[in-house]
Amino acid sequence: MSARNLPPVYNKIAQHAVFPEMNHDERARYNFLANLNKHLAHVSTGNKIAFENRVAPKFEKEHGRKIASTEELKEAISKDAHYQVWSSLRRSTMEMRQQAGRSLVLRQAAALRDKVRALNQGKDSLVLDNKVAVPPYLLACDNHIMPGSYHTELIEDDVTPAANYDTGLFVTTAGLLGRYSDGGGKAIVSWVKKTYPDFNPKRILDIGCGMGHNVLPIAKAFPDAEVIGIDTGAPMLRYAHARAMDLGYTNVKFMQMDAAKTSFEDESFDWVQSTMFFHETGGKSIYNIMNEVYRVLKPNGLTLHIEQPQYTEDMSLFEKFIRDWDALNNSEPYWSKMHDIEPLDLMKSSGFREEDFMQIGAKAENDLDDGSQKADEPEDHGRSPIWNVFGAFKN
Amino acid sequence: MEEKIDYIKLASNKPKGKRPYFHDDPAVERVLNITMAIAGELAVIRERMDSIERLLEKKGTVTREEIETFVPETKEQEEQRQTWHAEYIGRVLRIVQQEQEELENPDKSIEEIADDINEM
Ligand SMILES: C[S@@+](CC[C@H](N)C(=O)[O-])C[C@H]1O[C@@H](n2cnc3c(N)ncnc32)[C@H](O)[C@@H]1O
Repeated sequence: MSARNLPPVYNKIAQHAVFPEMNHDERARYNFLANLNKHLAHVSTGNKIAFENRVAPKFEKEHGRKIASTEELKEAISKDAHYQVWSSLRRSTMEMRQQAGRSLVLRQAAALRDKVRALNQGKDSLVLDNKVAVPPYLLACDNHIMPGSYHTELIEDDVTPAANYDTGLFVTTAGLLGRYSDGGGKAIVSWVKKTYPDFNPKRILDIGCGMGHNVLPIAKAFPDAEVIGIDTGAPMLRYAHARAMDLGYTNVKFMQMDAAKTSFEDESFDWVQSTMFFHETGGKSIYNIMNEVYRVLKPNGLTLHIEQPQYTEDMSLFEKFIRDWDALNNSEPYWSKMHDIEPLDLMKSSGFREEDFMQIGAKAENDLDDGSQKADEPEDHGRSPIWNVFGAFKN
Repeated sequence: MEEKIDYIKLASNKPKGKRPYFHDDPAVERVLNITMAIAGELAVIRERMDSIERLLEKKGTVTREEIETFVPETKEQEEQRQTWHAEYIGRVLRIVQQEQEELENPDKSIEEIADDINEM
């Protein structure tokens, strides 16, 4: 057996009625890319060695002092051969993943749209509103180098942005989020149920729900609750709704709304959730959205946000730098700025109280992990399914 | 809205935001990207071969053991197989060969040749 963890074969991914059809070679291409991602996580460990053994000593020799900022570190390491080849391969892998996903979903764009239409037809649990504008920060950059982002429609009623996302997440995360890529949603449900066994939300809102994969475990755990996912991207919502219908969910609704200005009434939700959302917003919007969370949350209501790991004081410059690699080179630009905001300050600015603030670590629940996974794998910065969760009860 | 889209072109679209380059010379980046794409396609073919072998075995046509232990059975087969490798390597490393030929026999530029021919 291999001395390293192997990613699960692509065909382990869960199927549903609107999952794109994939031929043999398309699956094989994804197997190659998942393995390449894994491999590059190992190659990335060489960056630290290169930094410590040649980049930092060279800088110190030339400048008579240590590297003092991540900017200086970036400039110095950019000339290192190992860092160059790792970076260039990692970027290339992400581009290939997009190309592979898009080539397979775009060739069947109309067929996917028709399948989604059939499942969504006549259902009032999908509410689209073409007056909802795409936030400017989503127009400024295609996040994680996904051409066209979450909103672009190449044909009428297009769903390909979501279909592409659905097929590829399993590859980028090497299957660590589970068969339905819902390991984050499952983890938050387990934590909430264990920590607050009496919490019984009747109305739940998920902001920036995307294709809905992480809100479904919540809807499943609280079958009597009305669960609403909102997003600005119509293709995401169409697909999310059809996917949820096919998977048998009856208590979820998907609505096109901007999380910064929803049309919900004050104090109308028991739980407001977001997953991997805030780091894809913008510097002003993040505050507006948190204000809106506070507004729609009932007194004693709970809000939780699953996010990328925070920077900490004791983190080395190198660690900070390498954690930002994806932000800058895999186009998640706001992630590089969000580090400067303390979650507590963000929440306090909207009216949450310091004594109600909570912050925990979370790890994806992976239904594909049969216990044979080795724990001492190199961390794939920015991709590991280990997160920071922050939130509060509203008082 | 157009229903038929050029999915081949669209699939390779550039995302919004300037592309970072990591090598000192962007040409290295370019060649590496093309090489990795080909490496990927080779992996795809390898997986396809694996599928074919397993299916053949399942249907009792040949066993994978037979494939694994197969060696050329005639002199002709030996030559055919080695010729394939030689041709393949020659194809892949074409540019290295051409650079060496140039080294051995420095050439004039086509512009210079054009000027020469103009006098011929
Ligand atoms: C990275 S995805 C997260 C999807 C999902 N929550 C998950 O667990 O992976 C971010 C989503 O947020 C949406 N989004 C960004 N800004 C938004 C806003 N202001 N209001 C609503 N949705 C927004 C995007 O369209 C995108 O689908």
